[in-house]
Amino acid sequence: MRFSTKLAALAAGTALALTGAAQAQTIGVSIPAATHGWAGGLNWHAEQAQQRLQEQYPDLNIVLVTADGPAQQANDLEDLVSIHDIDALVVLPFESEPLTDPVRQVKDSGVFVTVVDRGLSQEGIEDVYVAGNNPELGRVSGEYFLTRLGDGDNIVILRGIPTVIDDERFNAFIDTIEGSGINVLDDAHANWNRDDGFEVMQDFLSRFPDIDGVWAQDDDIAIGVMEAVRQAGREDEMFIVGGAGMKEVIAMIMEGSELIPVNVLYPPAMIATAMDVTVAHFMSNGPVTGEYILGAPLITQDNAEQYYFPDSPF
Amino acid sequence: MTEQAHEGVRPARRRFAIDFHTMGPLLALIALCIFGFLLNPAFVSEGNVTNLLTRSAFIGIIAVGATFVITAGGIDLSVGSMAAVISGLMIIAMNASLETFGIGVQTVVIGCAASLLLGLLAGLLNGVMITKGRIEAFIVTLGTMGIYRSLVTYFANGGTLSLDFEVRGVYRPIYYDSVLGVPVPVLVFAVISVIGWVLLNRTAFGRYCMAIGSNEVVARYSAIKVDRVRTLTYVIQGICVSVATIIYVPRLGSASSSTGVLWELEAIAAVIIGGTMLKGGYGRIGGTVVGAIMLTTIGNILNLTDVISNYLNGAVQGVIIIAAVWLQRGNLAGLSLFRGRKTGA
Repeated sequence: MRFSTKLAALAAGTALALTGAAQAQTIGVSIPAATHGWAGGLNWHAEQAQQRLQEQYPDLNIVLVTADGPAQQANDLEDLVSIHDIDALVVLPFESEPLTDPVRQVKDSGVFVTVVDRGLSQEGIEDVYVAGNNPELGRVSGEYFLTRLGDGDNIVILRGIPTVIDDERFNAFIDTIEGSGINVLDDAHANWNRDDGFEVMQDFLSRFPDIDGVWAQDDDIAIGVMEAVRQAGREDEMFIVGGAGMKEVIAMIMEGSELIPVNVLYPPAMIATAMDVTVAHFMSNGPVTGEYILGAPLITQDNAEQYYFPDSPF
Repeated sequence: MTEQAHEGVRPARRRFAIDFHTMGPLLALIALCIFGFLLNPAFVSEGNVTNLLTRSAFIGIIAVGATFVITAGGIDLSVGSMAAVISGLMIIAMNASLETFGIGVQTVVIGCAASLLLGLLAGLLNGVMITKGRIEAFIVTLGTMGIYRSLVTYFANGGTLSLDFEVRGVYRPIYYDSVLGVPVPVLVFAVISVIGWVLLNRTAFGRYCMAIGSNEVVARYSAIKVDRVRTLTYVIQGICVSVATIIYVPRLGSASSSTGVLWELEAIAAVIIGGTMLKGGYGRIGGTVVGAIMLTTIGNILNLTDVISNYLNGAVQGVIIIAAVWLQRGNLAGLSLFRGRKTGA
């Protein structure tokens, strides 16, 4: 991860600046509720970072709120400003469009704004942008397929929920494998959900007698796909690539699974990165504004251990 | 007070060759299957048919319970969340009893017993709040829907509860094995349906459900213990949810906050497609079974073809559901030959 060195430098900077922090600061963190696996990981990492930062800086107060939908998140943002009187906001927008204006209003009230993962639909509102790299996730996955398969091989693709994120991943993947002769039999939405992954894959298996690889794009889908492939007894025939870095999948890769040989990282821990950077704005003398795009490295048996968080729910 | 269900459902005109009220859902299903076969012959392959029936077992079993609730004039929105929280608690129970009982059948039996007990209690809770608490069923079950959904998220710490890998090995056959070529979930679905049919059509309890659903006041004057019968329908619903989770958990060995999302609407849709009246008073278990299979079939066909854009899946499902109910309400018969007679009602 090219970002890790930057982060280490930041951490050192914040430690030096500890003594200089005199004024009490309140930071509001607004994220989606733990409604699926990845968001569960997001919540866990946010809570961990909240504890760690509050212990490190006694003057720092972090208010963490979770929302079930865009409308609730917009209300949360209003409350953070009016009730908690925040100095900075870290927000992972539920959806880009409906939250652009609420975030702008927070910004207009003089708050330092950090946006995570889903960019706002207008530029120039946020001070800091921290995100995983969706096109990169698609590209890295595609590169791996190129190393394993060639002309005339067949794959199927299970996509997420129809959103910008899903499109970016999918298009980058397709662009990467274009011209290689790898044949995409079909793609279908499995909504980043295990049960849907299972059912869609069952149907692909009855429809296509020859499948060499499955790009599931997400680890929850990949787990469902794996069960369907096992049920059909065709696990020797194909491999599955998910994405995000779920601990169960990382554990399989560490053990050298043939069925799920690699994974591509899209870390829910990015919320912790964003919180660190935001705190550094108040506690460090180094400038922090700008964009932080995390890498989407390929996780293989060799490096899997460093991405394994057994205590995280994801 | 006999207006109850007459305008939609009674198979009144016996002399027609085809009774659309009863046969409508089945005809729609058959049409759907022919359509599926034409789109992709793999639709009728043995593997696909078994997948399809096995998949429809969850919603189907829950929908059998929902038939009782709806026939008696109630509604239960909590079943999807209930299924999720019961799955989660089952997994917790089995993982916890692992140390005492080891990896074996006992642990699985404990899980199943826990599931049935929880389902019974959850149903009883809904029923008692509705009858004794005098709160509308919609509100009570909307409330418990939220409660159960957050509880499973809480127990899973926002993530996924996973069954111990080796216990899963013992439990797995409940979903994946077959008896005489019929997958276990399909057998369970069939048995539950037959029990449900007998209960609804051949017992006093079933008649009470219909009586309460068509007119509660009259039912009360007829010395039917309305509160007791109504509570029982929710208990039946709870037990059906338990049975569904017992065969759901071995499929993926996990439960999370995304388990069973929107199952309540699918179950209700299956019931209505099957010819049960949403306002109560008349219920058909056979129709419910067909309705559940139909809902699963739509999803399956959409996966078997790339003719229809992925983005339009929901639209196709919507059209087919409405068309199926349109058929069931006898509109086809009205359109073709007997248009004039329909105005009387």
